[in-house]
This record gives sequence, C-alpha cells and structure tokens, in this order.
Amino acid sequence: MTGISRDTDTQPHTEIILEAGRTERQYWRDLWRYRELFFILAWRDVAVRYKQTVVGVLWAVLRPLLTMIVFTVVFGKLAKLPSQGDTPYALMVFAAMLPWQFFSASLTSCSESLVGNAGLISKVYFPRITIPAAGVMVNGVDMCISFSLLLLLMLCYSFLPPPQIICVIPLILLAGLLALGAGLLLCSLNVAYRDFRHIVPFITQFGLYVSPVGFSSGIIPEKWQALYACNPMVGVIDGFRWAVLGSIPFPAFSLSVSMIICAALLWMGIRYFRSTEKTFADVI
Amino acid sequence: MGAIIKVEGLGKKYRIRHAARGQARYKTFRELLSEIPAAVRRRFNTSACAPSEVEDFWALRDVSFEVQPGERVGIIGRNGAGKSTLLKLLSRITDPTEGRITLRGRLSSLLEVGTGFHPELTGRENIFLNGAILGMSRAEVKRKFDEIVDFAGIEKFLDTPVKRYSSGMYVRLAFAVAAHLEPEILVVDEVLAVGDAEFQKKCLGKMEEVGREGRTVLFVSHNISAVSQLCSRGLLIKNGTLNLDNDINEVMRAYTMGHPETSGWSVELSPNAARYSKMALLSCELSAGGADGEKRLNIIHPGDKVTIKAKFSCNATVEGVSIGCIFFSSLGVRVLDANLAMIERTMKICANSVLEVCWEFQQIMLSTGFYNIGISAGTQGETLCDYLEILQIQVAEAQNSPYPYAYPSPYRPNFTLKVRHCE
Repeated sequence: MTGISRDTDTQPHTEIILEAGRTERQYWRDLWRYRELFFILAWRDVAVRYKQTVVGVLWAVLRPLLTMIVFTVVFGKLAKLPSQGDTPYALMVFAAMLPWQFFSASLTSCSESLVGNAGLISKVYFPRITIPAAGVMVNGVDMCISFSLLLLLMLCYSFLPPPQIICVIPLILLAGLLALGAGLLLCSLNVAYRDFRHIVPFITQFGLYVSPVGFSSGIIPEKWQALYACNPMVGVIDGFRWAVLGSIPFPAFSLSVSMIICAALLWMGIRYFRSTEKTFADVI
Repeated sequence: MGAIIKVEGLGKKYRIRHAARGQARYKTFRELLSEIPAAVRRRFNTSACAPSEVEDFWALRDVSFEVQPGERVGIIGRNGAGKSTLLKLLSRITDPTEGRITLRGRLSSLLEVGTGFHPELTGRENIFLNGAILGMSRAEVKRKFDEIVDFAGIEKFLDTPVKRYSSGMYVRLAFAVAAHLEPEILVVDEVLAVGDAEFQKKCLGKMEEVGREGRTVLFVSHNISAVSQLCSRGLLIKNGTLNLDNDINEVMRAYTMGHPETSGWSVELSPNAARYSKMALLSCELSAGGADGEKRLNIIHPGDKVTIKAKFSCNATVEGVSIGCIFFSSLGVRVLDANLAMIERTMKICANSVLEVCWEFQQIMLSTGFYNIGISAGTQGETLCDYLEILQIQVAEAQNSPYPYAYPSPYRPNFTLKVRHCE
C-alpha cells in the first residue's frame, strides 16, 4: 500500500475541467503523461508484424533486397540508365530505397492507424496523436534493419562510406516528419471520409516513380529540376545518396524545399488533426 | 475537499441524418463535393426551404450532479437512455456540447473489457499493452504483474497468444488488468455481463474493495442486483435527462416500476404495437382476491388467489403453441413461470381469431416486494409474442404482520411452524 500512496502523492490533485472546446490546455501535458503508451503502441505493431511468419524479421531484409534487385535489373541493366559516377547501380538504388520505403510505409500505416484502432478510440481516452505517431515509429525499426543491410552491401562492394554518413540521422528524421505531417492530415480525413484509404496507395505508388528511387536525379533535364524538387522526397533521397555514397554534391536547394514543405505539412497536419480530434469517437 | 466529480448542465448533441436522402453513415468525399452546390443554393435562396435532413439529437441534456470522494454511484437507465454517453463524456472520449465537468482526481474508465487487447500477442504482452492503454505506467504494471496473473488464473497460458484463449480466460485476464488500476475515480460500464457466476462474484468483490479503499466508483450495469450490492447511491437516467438522484433502493424501485404504459391492474394494447407479427396481446387484466374478499386493491398478500386474463389476436395458424406468464422480481430475476407446456399441453392458434387465456393461481406464494408480470407465447423454435413487464403488482404481508421485510427472499413459503418451549 505504501507504493500506492507514493504514486498518488507524486501526482497532485489536478483539476480537469471538461467543457465544449476547452481541452486545449492539458493536451500537451497529457501527451507527456502518455509517452509510454506511444512506445507500447509502436512495440505492439512491431511485435505483431512478424508473428506467425516462418522467416519472421527476415521479411524486413527481403523486401528491400528484392525491390532493389528488380530496380537494378529494370533501370540499370534493361533501360541502361546511368549511375552516379562509379557508384554501383545496386548501391545507388538501395541508398534511395531506404528513405523512400520508410516514408511510404510510414505514410500508409499513419493514415490507416486511426481507423485501425477504432476500438481504442471509442473506448479509452488518450491523446489521439500518439496513434499516428506510433505508426511512423514502427517503420523506423524496419528502417534500421534495412540500414544495416545497406552497410553490409557496401562491405560486399568494398565501398567506403564518406564521413558525412552521420547526416543520415537528421535525414531520416526529416523523412519521418514528412510522413507524419502528411499522415496526420490523411488519417484524420480518413476517419470521416474513407476515400483516403484508396488515395494513399495511389500516392505511394505514384510517388515511387516521381522520386529518384530507381534512377539518379541527374537524368532529369535542367529546366525541369526546380519543378522536380517540389516533390519533398527528392531532397531527402538525394541527401541520402550524398550522405551514404558521396556520389553527388550536397543537394542544398531540393533539401531546403523539403524542409519548408515538411514544416508546412506538419503545421497543417497538427492543426487539422487537433481540430477534428474531438469528433473522432463520434464519427469513426 | 469538495466534490470529486462535479457535473453542471451537461449536454451532448449528435446530428442524425435521415435515411430519406439515402445517406449512409459514412460520407464519401464525392458526396461531400456534390453537396456543395446544394449548400450554396440553400444559402442564397432561403425561401426554398429545404427539408431538414439533419436532425439534432440530444443524447444527454441538462444533467447536473456531484459525487463526493469515496462514493459508489450506480447509473441506471434503459438502453439508449444516455448512460453510456454520460460515461463517455466523463472519461473524455467525446467532448460535451454544453455544460461542464470538473474532475478532481485521476480517472480511469473501463467501458469495455479487453479494450486494445491484441489477439496475436501473448497474455503477458497483453497485460502490459492493456495496462498502458488504461493509463498505468510500465513500473506499475510490473509491480502488480503477479497479482494480475493470479487474479485471472491464467499462469499456464501466459505465453500463449490470447487468440487461443477461451472466451472466459480472455475476459478474466482483461478484467484482472483493469481491476488493478488505481485511479481515484473508476468508471465501469457493463463489464459484469461477461464471465461465469463465480468470476462475476470475484469482480464484484474486487470492486467493493476498490470502494472500501476510499476510491470513487461510477458503475453502470443491467445486472441490477450487482448495482444494488455495490452502490449506495443511484442516478436514474431517462431519455437523456437525470430523472432521479437518490438512495440506490429508491432509484431501483423507480426504475423497475416506472413505465407509464404498464401502470394499473389492467392494460389494453394496440395490436400495431406488437413486435412480432403472428400474435399480439390485446389486453391483460389481473384480479386478486384474498380469503377476506379483498378485490382489485393495489396490493396482494402472500397466499392470495390471483387471476390473470390475457386476450390475444392471432394472425396466423400455428400448432404446438405454449403460452407463459412470468413474474420478475424488482431485481429482474424470474421468480415464477407458469407455462402451458408445464402442464404438458400445447395448443393450436388459428389465423384471424381472438384467444383468451386465463391463469388462476390458487395461492400466490411470493414474498414482499414489487413484481413485473410478463406474458409470452411461442413454439419450440419461434417466439410468437413477448411482453415483458406488462403489469406490476406489489406483494405485502398482511398489515398487522410483524415480518420485517428488509431482505425479502423471492419465494414466500406456505408453511407451518411448531414451536415448543423446552426446559
């Protein structure tokens, strides 16, 4: 019993007032209080993903590996697109695929997350933003597995990574925040309008072809480069190639466009999410 | 310290769309887009008054009450009265439309057993997951882990995915996690509807313990005896408003007795109101007469002769029909069932005929209390009509009886007692 009283003592008697349009103040404090839930939800999705599979986590390795092989054969061997300098085509593809798969998987799981957790939303209170955020977090695990695969691949090609490889961390963060921003918008729209469930696969599929995943950005004609950089993932992917392979110069322009778009998306996403959040339980 | 929960003028409005416009519950984006021109037209052309396809529905309105720390309050009401909406508002799942709630303490709600359980995860993993969802910290769950496992009685299956659990084990584990929450306010909705009798008893015991520890409990259940056992105070919710706020026994009585359509000793029904098409109750009448010739009084005494007459209209020809008359105690327990099939007979009903059935209870041996009388008819596989709570009676001991009926039993035996004073 002593343990219990200690517990309640550390939490002073906070007074919570619930009124129409007045949950604003305690929201961010609650978010902090429920930080454990965020990790547990992410852990749940990771734990569940490879349950009852024979090869288990190996899927996280196989998926990018197989995609890389297909892309290398189709774009590199059949279409004979140029690589960047003397970088092996397979490495160039793999370095781009890491952030792209992280982004697209995060966007997908983020936008599906609220509807998938409808049971939770209509039965328990917690800051709803933990659900889509956990959706991004989950894919970070796959991302890490793929990254170690990349390092292994580089070892095979006896390719020495440049010192700026440390920059992948902020780049991954950028990709994650991009996915979160767009995902927040999509998941809250998805609650009311299930159309977005069909739109998201289209976005990720389309995005794969307009982002420099299977090819290098160098093959885009000069006059289209500015328009091309409006795709926020161009900056992230080129940044990745710069950081991991050092095959291209630092993509300052496209990366700053990415960051601006990311900030705008996040701002919009959080705003829209917060304004519709209170109606989730009624609509879902 | 004042009230731990203070609710003032609380209301929750939902908008319901009428099916007349073929609107499904989910709007699609296309529908939204196609509505824009109509909405614009409506805005500019107020004279062409569009029929209101959206109606406001107040699930809860103007509810005010206070709960003191340590109180155990039962919330009672029919289905759709607004109980669950009230709990959802208290547990911050939805926002109130008007009014305010002030909570002075950590509140945990248990609106469903096993919320967030993941079928693929093992029992052990689900304890942590569910604990976190219900607002426990990891350390808290760890500390109580053994206690939880013990309470649920699933030691052997801790590392089995819960999808392989029997439904009983699943529910036990889910309740065990929730029962070890330690909030200052615990809100519980209808969780005792599951699990076997023994486990239900265990749950009730646990919840009583929670109450004894000085925590505040708000409890909704249709298991009326559970509510009366656990709670000292009751809130009766009726059509979205707070109908009564009183001692639990008073509230229960109002709840079980307060149906306007069933007051009095005889009742006439419109055949259109029937739920089933083949048979409809037209009227039902009760008369009682004791040995002293009391007739048509509001109260009957144990041992009275009671006659119940029911008139049905039959709309189909069915064979093998039995008709029953059931007495429910005010706690909702079936205490008496007088069915035609019990005296080994079934009958045939004919289409477009009127049927009169008369039950005669030579001596009704019910204990003191309020009873609801229900009438139903059916064959082996089909219900033809079913009326619960069609009439009520109050049974009371004779006025000069010294029997203190504080804790009446459902059955009042007709007995003799020989008393002999020995040395």
